[in-house]
Amino acid sequence: MKGGKSMAEVVQREPENRIGMEFNAEKYKTDFPILSRMIRGTKLVYLDSAATTQKPRVVIDAVDQYYRLHNANVHRGLHTLAEEATAAYEATRDKIAGFIGGVKREEIIYTRNATEAINMVASSWGYQNIKKGDRIVITQMEHHANLVPWIVLSRKTGAELVYIPIDPEGYLDLADLKDIIAPNTKIVALTHMSNVLGTINPVDEIIALAHKRGAVALVDGAQSVPHMPVDVRAMDADFLAFSAHKMLGPTGLGVLYGKEELLSRMEPVQYGGEMISEVRYDYAAWNELPHKFEAGTPNIEAAFAFLPALEYLEKIGMENIRRHEMELTGYALDKLAGLEFIKVFGPKDLNHRGGAVSFIDKNIHPHDMATFLDTLGIAVRAGHHCAQPLTRLLGVNSTTRASLYLYNTHNDIDQLITGLKEARRYFRYE
Amino acid sequence: MSDNLDDLYRDILMEHYRFPRGHHHLEHEDIHNEGQNPTCGDEIELALELEGDRVKDVYVSCMGCAVSVASGSMLAEVTKGKTLEEVKKIAATIKAMLTGEAVPKDADLGDLEALSGVKKFPVRVKCALLSWTTLVNALEAREKGKEKAPSTTEQ
Ligand SMILES: Cc1ncc(COP(=O)(O)O)c(C=O)c1O
Repeated sequence: MKGGKSMAEVVQREPENRIGMEFNAEKYKTDFPILSRMIRGTKLVYLDSAATTQKPRVVIDAVDQYYRLHNANVHRGLHTLAEEATAAYEATRDKIAGFIGGVKREEIIYTRNATEAINMVASSWGYQNIKKGDRIVITQMEHHANLVPWIVLSRKTGAELVYIPIDPEGYLDLADLKDIIAPNTKIVALTHMSNVLGTINPVDEIIALAHKRGAVALVDGAQSVPHMPVDVRAMDADFLAFSAHKMLGPTGLGVLYGKEELLSRMEPVQYGGEMISEVRYDYAAWNELPHKFEAGTPNIEAAFAFLPALEYLEKIGMENIRRHEMELTGYALDKLAGLEFIKVFGPKDLNHRGGAVSFIDKNIHPHDMATFLDTLGIAVRAGHHCAQPLTRLLGVNSTTRASLYLYNTHNDIDQLITGLKEARRYFRYE
Repeated sequence: MSDNLDDLYRDILMEHYRFPRGHHHLEHEDIHNEGQNPTCGDEIELALELEGDRVKDVYVSCMGCAVSVASGSMLAEVTKGKTLEEVKKIAATIKAMLTGEAVPKDADLGDLEALSGVKKFPVRVKCALLSWTTLVNALEAREKGKEKAPSTTEQ
């Protein structure tokens, strides 16, 4: 977009309201310029959305538009640009608050990413509330982002760190949950959807038990918020963390949702400008929150461009995205099951899993597989996916992971399957 | 499409991958070290048996991709019978070759030349270097008089 358009116009350029329309991934694909890029002579097949998603034109244009038209620091000036930048920055906050089920805007803290959001809870709420003899409960399927902060907190405070185990199918094993979430438990932190296994965890049930014990519950929503409707109030999580870049938005922006009564009692993690208010705009609820956690100049451009990302998702509808991914994941699992040389990890029941599909070839190492697939223009991830203990628990060092989003099609899966077969020939196992 | 790929997966490299050398345990270990590649979780364990200043035998066990396994196998093959000084020189040459620095003209790399194709795949360079870095760290630790080298991570 070549400047000159207001945010409202950018919004209008989005796809038509698709409620009731056929979900058309092929058409959505055309909204993402990078998805028509050629890689080594073939069109990109992007199957790495669990790492980061691609961005639709409306988001890319918004970044451009922000710097062409609205660039200014937020909450600091009275000139037109500052006013526009601040209004847009705060409008995105409102949008986020609505997107996760209608929470208060004061409960939405901007961070750099999900990792920083979780770290904020561990290093603020954690040190204020956890002491020796207390218990921290997490699960065996956590991403390092929701694992290492708790290892460190437990080491520094002397609190014990206890894991909810997983069963061979890749579900949480809840048999001993009542003992694990013992009365001395202060926090239960768990992922809503595993980035390795795809497992969707029964967070409601676990949160309810945590609350019964007087503990708070943190949900790592990095993989769930982008892919399914998430109503943080219905699940009653005390904290929810996620990243904009995994849901069509720019990098460098994450969200910490926290219940107001908890946030208001928490110490800031960083000190500086912005967190002490110099606010001139008369937003009704503006008070200490959320700004006390947002020291320094934030990622304004990212917040600006995250709005059209959220609107894009809303137009398509999170229910529809979830349904599409379930269908496509089912298709992928069926096709993979037909390859005797491939072993897939994680649940088979589509009602309890999302579109991150990890697998191994019985001979070809994931690294070699990913390099081979790349020569066919297919982008997958290989490694431990920042969940090293979990990967080891699966009995391997690494897996190959294909992960889906709204722009993936049956054809993408077909190409992956063809690529996996070709790899067998290339490495002379067939 | 596979011109490039054939450069990475040269026949010699694939042969080392399928039949890695140095897979037998040593009776006596003078040098032992473990390394891992934190981005992918690959792990290597290696040990040397010395006779004076010379490598008498080598044990290498690598849980990893074709490139890291083959590189470790070549390490086992090429270091056997060499002095520690020679081993360090070879390791430096390989590192230079893979990171695009000048390689001494007189360097005789033998099978190791097959690793040069890895250079075109920057994300795979650390796979090829894992075994060598693990070895060099062990040698350096030994020179500093430490009992055991710190576990290596190839960043
Ligand atoms: C489940 C889960 N939690 C946390 C994160 C961390 O996200 P970020 O790197 O954006 O902070 C990720 C991303 O890989 C993830 O998949």
